[in-house]
Amino acid sequence: MTKYTDQGKNDTRSGFGAGMTELGRTNPNVVALCADLVGSLKIQTFIDENPERFFQIGIAEANMMGIAAGLTIGGKIPFTGTFANFSTGRVYDQIRQSIAYSDKNVKICASHAGITLGEDGATHQILEDIGLMKMLPGMTVINPCDFNQTKAATLAIAEHDGPVYLRFGRPKVANFTPADQKFEIGKALMLNEGTDVTIIATGHLVWQSLLAAENLENQGISAEVINIHTIKPLDDKAILDSVKKTGCVVTAEEHNFLGGLGESVSRVLATHYPTPQEFVATQDTFGESGTPEQLMDKYGLNNKAIEAAVLKVLKRK
Amino acid sequence: MPNAQELQDLVTQVRRDILRMVHKVNSGHPGGSLGCTEFFVALYNEIMELKDGFDMDGKDEDLFFLSNGHISPVFYSVLARRGYFPVEELNTFRLINSRLQGHPTTHEGLPGVRIASGSLGQGMSVAIGAALAKKLNGDNHLIYSLHGDGELQEGQNWEAIMYAAGNKVDNYIATIDLNGQQIDGSTDDVLPLGNVAEKFRVFGWDVLEIENGNDLKQVIEGLNEAKSRTGKGKPVCIIMTTMMGNGVDFMMHTHAWHGKAPNDEQLETALAQNPETVGDY
Repeated sequence: MTKYTDQGKNDTRSGFGAGMTELGRTNPNVVALCADLVGSLKIQTFIDENPERFFQIGIAEANMMGIAAGLTIGGKIPFTGTFANFSTGRVYDQIRQSIAYSDKNVKICASHAGITLGEDGATHQILEDIGLMKMLPGMTVINPCDFNQTKAATLAIAEHDGPVYLRFGRPKVANFTPADQKFEIGKALMLNEGTDVTIIATGHLVWQSLLAAENLENQGISAEVINIHTIKPLDDKAILDSVKKTGCVVTAEEHNFLGGLGESVSRVLATHYPTPQEFVATQDTFGESGTPEQLMDKYGLNNKAIEAAVLKVLKRK
Repeated sequence: MPNAQELQDLVTQVRRDILRMVHKVNSGHPGGSLGCTEFFVALYNEIMELKDGFDMDGKDEDLFFLSNGHISPVFYSVLARRGYFPVEELNTFRLINSRLQGHPTTHEGLPGVRIASGSLGQGMSVAIGAALAKKLNGDNHLIYSLHGDGELQEGQNWEAIMYAAGNKVDNYIATIDLNGQQIDGSTDDVLPLGNVAEKFRVFGWDVLEIENGNDLKQVIEGLNEAKSRTGKGKPVCIIMTTMMGNGVDFMMHTHAWHGKAPNDEQLETALAQNPETVGDY
């Protein structure tokens, strides 16, 4: 079993900011738009270095999505930035008509996803965004696991022609993937091979899954851990290859169990290889105020919850 | 460039196209389409600088965005007659497997269309984005857009109106089709718009008015005047008063034909009022 090392906690939104800085220097077509949240999105360096390629839209997210769509008509690659809640639900119709249905090359970059935004509470959190975005035909949905992977994903989506939803977060989480990684959209990453159970995780719950796998190994349980950074298109083959070996699955995500990664995995299993599955996710609820750690504990989104789900699913094999 | 009579003939033919398209499938929006016929004919045949052929980026040419997508019949007819796609294709309007969807879209690859519209209130934002791209590209061509007056009830417009003035998007001309009607009745009855021209002015736009948007000469003069006011630090707005259903006597002075097709007998009456000019498709 590979032992992964936390290279130092960092926020995934800063990974996005670092990616934007690099894109600003390497891709002249990349432009950035923001709805009054520059500090939260960590794009100040991009703005300082490319002021003509930054558009401060103000607190007007619908207008931001439309302007982004328009900028593609002229060959620009717009990256929009605001909180995940205001990047999706608030502007769903604008994204649907002007971006997805019109097949515009807009990158919707969403920070403060999930509940770990913390103290601001449910109005600023969102646990439905993956579902909203993955239901849109043609939309690519990406939820990277740490700082390095978020930076790599930011660079990769600039090269992809078509609308993308890129989801990241506020709290500092373990940074454990290589700094020089190549990000391949739609390609699941096998982090640890195992024989008893498959843990399929996305976002910062990938790290929690690795912690859970270590504890499970101490109990004599061999867990396979797969990092699904791209929820759509989903790497069906990687999932099926794994469950055919292990015979059961736990999915883990900071999202509602309705509409998220877990349901996407269920669709693959139900269609090709029916398999017992447990969901580590929120249970159709809104969030609340609290520290990220308190919220992950209360809503069952950490390594302890993943371990418990594994023990439960093993009994159903 | 066509002369005045040729343009007027085209207006009449486009009216026939609109009526026949909507009649054939017994659905669509003739009222607003007929009201904006002079505007579309003037824009595409007299005002805009257009390249041959069509590409999505539209660099080095003027671009137009239709925000109130339900008036697709007039848009499709004028695009076809300008050569973007075969005029015969108007026969497929709203039919299964057609590129001419009920509301315009890029999804089916119809030349001349650069954004989907139909869900109202989004077109001005898109037009602003395209105008900003032109500035970034050092392309001095203009962006035009058309919006229904009822559509201004959507709040996104006012975000866009604020943005365009605040950021000096002065390579952009937005036209408001002020016909005073929407599906449920007059705009005054449904949700009054107040003084639209004054609202744009206080938001910081350069505003001009076309008193009779169904007078081809006035429309051309108004659009040329608007062009002359671009590049001066303000976005330009044209408030264009039109008659919904213009050119068909029983469709005028009512909102009844906003989204209703004529029956066989009504079609014959309407076509008789707009005799064939440059040839039916």
